[in-house]
Amino acid sequence: MSEAPRPRALGGLLPGLPQLLAGRWGSGGTALLVWVGCLWILVTRFGRVTAAFAGAWDERVAVGTLLTGLTVAWAWSWRDASPGALPKQVGVSQWDLALRAFSRNRTAVAGLMVIVALYMVALLTPLLAPLDPNFQGALLTERYVGLSGAHPLGTDQFARDVLSRLLYGARISLLIGFVSVGISVTIGTLVGAIAGFLGGWVDGVLMRVVDIVISFPQLVLLITIIAFFEPSIFLIVAVLGLTLWPNTARVVRGEVLSLREREFVQAAIALGYSKRRIILRHLIPNALAPVIVAATLGIGQTIVLEAGLSFLGLGVQPPTPSWGTMVADGRNVLLNAWWLSTFPGLAIVFTVLSFNLVGDGLRDALDPRLRT
Amino acid sequence: MTKYLVRRLLGAIPLILGIATIVFFAVNLAPGDPTLYYISPGMTQEVVEQMRVNFGLDEPVHIRYVKWLGAMLTGDFGYSFSHSRPVLDVLADFLPNTLILSACALTVAFLFGIVLGTLQAIRQYSFRDSALSVVLLFFYSMPSFWLALMLILTFSLFARNVWEWPIWFPASGMMSTDYEFLSFGAKVRDRLAHLVLPTTSLACVLTAGIARYMRGSMLEVIRQDYVRTARAKGLSERVVVFKHALRNALLPIITLLGLFIPVLFSGTIFIETIFAWPGMGRTIYEAILTRDYPVVMAGSFFFATMVVVANLLADVLYAWVDPRIRYE
Repeated sequence: MSEAPRPRALGGLLPGLPQLLAGRWGSGGTALLVWVGCLWILVTRFGRVTAAFAGAWDERVAVGTLLTGLTVAWAWSWRDASPGALPKQVGVSQWDLALRAFSRNRTAVAGLMVIVALYMVALLTPLLAPLDPNFQGALLTERYVGLSGAHPLGTDQFARDVLSRLLYGARISLLIGFVSVGISVTIGTLVGAIAGFLGGWVDGVLMRVVDIVISFPQLVLLITIIAFFEPSIFLIVAVLGLTLWPNTARVVRGEVLSLREREFVQAAIALGYSKRRIILRHLIPNALAPVIVAATLGIGQTIVLEAGLSFLGLGVQPPTPSWGTMVADGRNVLLNAWWLSTFPGLAIVFTVLSFNLVGDGLRDALDPRLRT
Repeated sequence: MTKYLVRRLLGAIPLILGIATIVFFAVNLAPGDPTLYYISPGMTQEVVEQMRVNFGLDEPVHIRYVKWLGAMLTGDFGYSFSHSRPVLDVLADFLPNTLILSACALTVAFLFGIVLGTLQAIRQYSFRDSALSVVLLFFYSMPSFWLALMLILTFSLFARNVWEWPIWFPASGMMSTDYEFLSFGAKVRDRLAHLVLPTTSLACVLTAGIARYMRGSMLEVIRQDYVRTARAKGLSERVVVFKHALRNALLPIITLLGLFIPVLFSGTIFIETIFAWPGMGRTIYEAILTRDYPVVMAGSFFFATMVVVANLLADVLYAWVDPRIRYE
């Protein structure tokens, strides 16, 4: 037998434990968290899980996530700790070094774990939430109930359970953050790379556009567009995506300007590759590091922006739960129902904080100038 | 230097024109008719038509654009639909209040940001450094509108009604209702008390941002040879930090002025709405909701222009205080 049967057996028993014992608390902790969390839901809410198989699409997604989470955490931990697994190749590529630097950064890894947990919560909400987010209790007796066993975070003006709405609200924030940053990063990267590589009048025109969009107080533009059209989740995602790209474009352009002079790009030009191929295959992959950092920090910013729009009543429309709307709901009853505004706000802060911690960690990990 | 200044000023002109164009079309291409917000039931069709003509909405968009741009260049921003007076008068009423609030927030933010960032950098990796980092990132991640509500909850509502603290701060407006009857000293105190909560909620995010930059800038400067030389010749740590390092670390912080002005103005929309502060942010927001096109256009144009000016100012200031920066 090999040297390490014991951790592997432990891995079969409790995923993540062998990794934790080996001191890799980031990956081990995440696996353990996912597995224990999913198991806890499966055990405590077994009836709902079986019922959800035939339920609405989000319930079926939740069941799928639950089973995938359990299987993947267990299988990964087992394979990773298996004595038969190939010894880890000690890589020296940029990404290997960055990964190693990142996993040494405890706060960043903690932030990443919170984000994984948040996405799991967003997917598992139908199984997790105590009540339907739009279920109204007795309006006479159950409005503005404080923190209690039945309603851990109280109820709102329609006697709805704040905790359930908070859990459902995570979906909106994370979805909007992810999709609109995806859009803006794609546009920004393309524009930046094209402007930087082609130079000349293309560069001049594109960068003037960037200057104009950047000088705008974003919120005024966002509010104007959204207020004048019907507010809807698609509009918000589109508008956020279409107004946030200039920062990425600037970063990528700067990076491309220096890459353009490097030998491998000069070689690609000399070989007569098309501009399209040079931009997509040579320039963008090498300019990606700062984009990843900007995107991670951008998700945090976007979540705050979306919450702000919802707070002003211009975001996701009621009754769909959104953290910004929930903060606004509590605004006029601060003194009598302080929990209404407080908890959704805390949820925003901790979500954004996690993205910022990960973004900072990535920047430290990906910037070779800061590496010691 | 003069050449650089002229070139930057000339470069700002197309930028401002571009901004004006976007403002105009973002507002005017929206579906729907703003006149419908201002008619009352029972108005005849002729009256509605007349209102549309008065608002200048009867012409096609491109004609309106040329007219608006021409009028704007002569300093005429049109007539507000909802306030029923010239837009410039409306701006003149509300802009100073926003500037007071913004100036206070900026001062507080730069002061605290610079101090905190320096405190972190001079003891890098200490407990103080990492603790401050986490706390600052916490505030950096905070939506200003939520912070404002929490400040009201704690320092106004609960402090006054529940905990009965001797000190609490007013949660709305710029002055108390009995302001007119107060003595001069009490007036000043009243105005300041009303400034505390809005300024704090606006400044918190900025402070955290500035401190982050300040830490980085200070760390870079502390590694420089001239700082080592200053230490080597036996100067006290205080002189080294404050006289040699801090002064140089402050230079890049100037550019933040241009970077943070848009953040600040976006913040005023929330803060002024929450604290019922009669300023530009709240006015624009209300104008958007009531489709008061001239005020929306003029207001966002002013905001955007101020951003351009702040950027220009920051760059010029930077070149002026740091002779090593040479622009071609």
